[in-house]
Amino acid sequence: MDITKLSALELGKKIKEKEISAAEAVSLQIDRIKEKDSEYNCYISVLEERALSEAKEVQKRIDGGELADAPLAGVPIAVKDNICTKGIKTTCGSKILYNFIPPYNATVVEKLKAQGAVIIGKTNMDEFAMGSTTETSYFGITKNPRNTEHVPGGSSGGSAAAVAADEAFYALGSDTGGSIRQPSAFCGVTGIKPTYGTVSRYGLVAYASSLDQIGPIGKNVADCAAALDIISGHDKKDSTSVPTESYGYLKVLGEDIKGMKIGIPKGYLGSGLSEEIKRSILAAAKELEKQGASIEEFDLEAVEYAIPAYYVIASAEASSNLSRYDGIKYGFRTEDFEGLQEVYKKTRSEGFGNEVKRRMMIGAFVLSSGYYDAYYNKALRVKALIKEGFDRAFDKYDIILGPTAPATAPRIGESLSDPLQMYLGDIYTVSVNLTGLPAISLPCGTDKMGLPIGLQLIGKHFGERDILKAAYLFEQTRKEVVL
Amino acid sequence: MEITDKTIEYVAALAKLELTQEEKEKAKTDLGSIIGYMATMNELDTEGIKPMSHVFPIHNVFREDVVENGPDRDALLENAPAKKDGCFMVPKTVE
Repeated sequence: MDITKLSALELGKKIKEKEISAAEAVSLQIDRIKEKDSEYNCYISVLEERALSEAKEVQKRIDGGELADAPLAGVPIAVKDNICTKGIKTTCGSKILYNFIPPYNATVVEKLKAQGAVIIGKTNMDEFAMGSTTETSYFGITKNPRNTEHVPGGSSGGSAAAVAADEAFYALGSDTGGSIRQPSAFCGVTGIKPTYGTVSRYGLVAYASSLDQIGPIGKNVADCAAALDIISGHDKKDSTSVPTESYGYLKVLGEDIKGMKIGIPKGYLGSGLSEEIKRSILAAAKELEKQGASIEEFDLEAVEYAIPAYYVIASAEASSNLSRYDGIKYGFRTEDFEGLQEVYKKTRSEGFGNEVKRRMMIGAFVLSSGYYDAYYNKALRVKALIKEGFDRAFDKYDIILGPTAPATAPRIGESLSDPLQMYLGDIYTVSVNLTGLPAISLPCGTDKMGLPIGLQLIGKHFGERDILKAAYLFEQTRKEVVL
Repeated sequence: MEITDKTIEYVAALAKLELTQEEKEKAKTDLGSIIGYMATMNELDTEGIKPMSHVFPIHNVFREDVVENGPDRDALLENAPAKKDGCFMVPKTVE
């Protein structure tokens, strides 16, 4: 049996039942990475020795009975390279952090370790999570394991591709405008962006703080639920983390969805959406209807303005957040300079890639005096209207259903020349970040080229359990998608 | 939207970036189309709508002013591109 094809929960069970040790699981995963990663480039760092020794420590804790209630104890996990790992290089896919070794762990990493997870490597990503293709990384592009002529999506493309290629049992990504859901859709895996505040952002390198959220990417819904059980929770180190009563995700899977109301925004099925994806999404809705949910199309207000509002807000926050990279305290510093101002300018000009520079300049523009009201404040007003639209929709529905992306994965090299065109591909994902809602993407079919199609289910604030339940039932009934 | 050389130089200065002539030209085109697209927000009437920075009504989070992290100067300095005598080293800033 090929162990690397197991789901994370299946492997966790085998480790518990002593069919395989945590160290053996790490070895087999490393073998798989060595076999495949020269082709796909999912990882920036692979932690062979460290992971092996951690696995042995975890095995002792398992044998001692300490991790009896931890379903993923001993299972290797891949972590996106914008999540700080103590003593392990964390680059954000950027030259400017090419040598940065965090002196501390992100809260999610501490939580994973407490539950016996073994970090096997750090995954490739668009530079500072800005991009939809994982082509803007300083460490090279990642290829889509389903078809290596295509991108894996982004920005968490390394994490999604690693899971799709069986180079990871599960992974963490981050989602600011779709960066977990869209690569999950493109790679035919499952990913969830939790409600803003559900998972601590402490130790997540900031892109746009009001939108960023960490979440899991897995081979199936149950793995994502189990991972979310581990990483969610209030953290006093993140003042935007929200204490709620709605934790506990794995335990609700299998519950029925009879009487659940699902709405499909008409605008999500309109022009710009590929016919194949539309058919696939509507077939998925039918399947959920058979499970006892009611399905209805409706008008979602103001949502067509989500992309401009998103790019104004995200770029504004990015230009502020990324001003900290100055060549003084950590990371890359330019070699030739005269005076302090030149250290800053040359370090940043040499250290950042084109897409990051572009967004910092857009951010500086929309925040500059004379334009602040017309762009930044306007975007915050548009955001308020978009939220009102969703609030009204969720008065009537429990879940909003639609596609994750308007098309399947584009070919490598076709996206970066026209940034605006690339931004428009975020049409179905960004409003979820603007409104702080939870959403999951899971495979619901393939197009005629065999590329995966993603179904997106959006829940109410802290309604993760609703979308996970529905996603799980759909997954059970889904005809095995040939991937 | 027409983006002028002056605007590009201004935002580059704000972002502390030095652009080559080629980068400036590309930035002019890209920012022109992106910012022009952003202006489509103006089609939406937002009269009387308050700008929303946070989706949840959460307020300042207070805690006791107690130091919880230990002194770890050496660990923090590990990442510095240049350091001396337990300090970050920077170019001379005052003549």
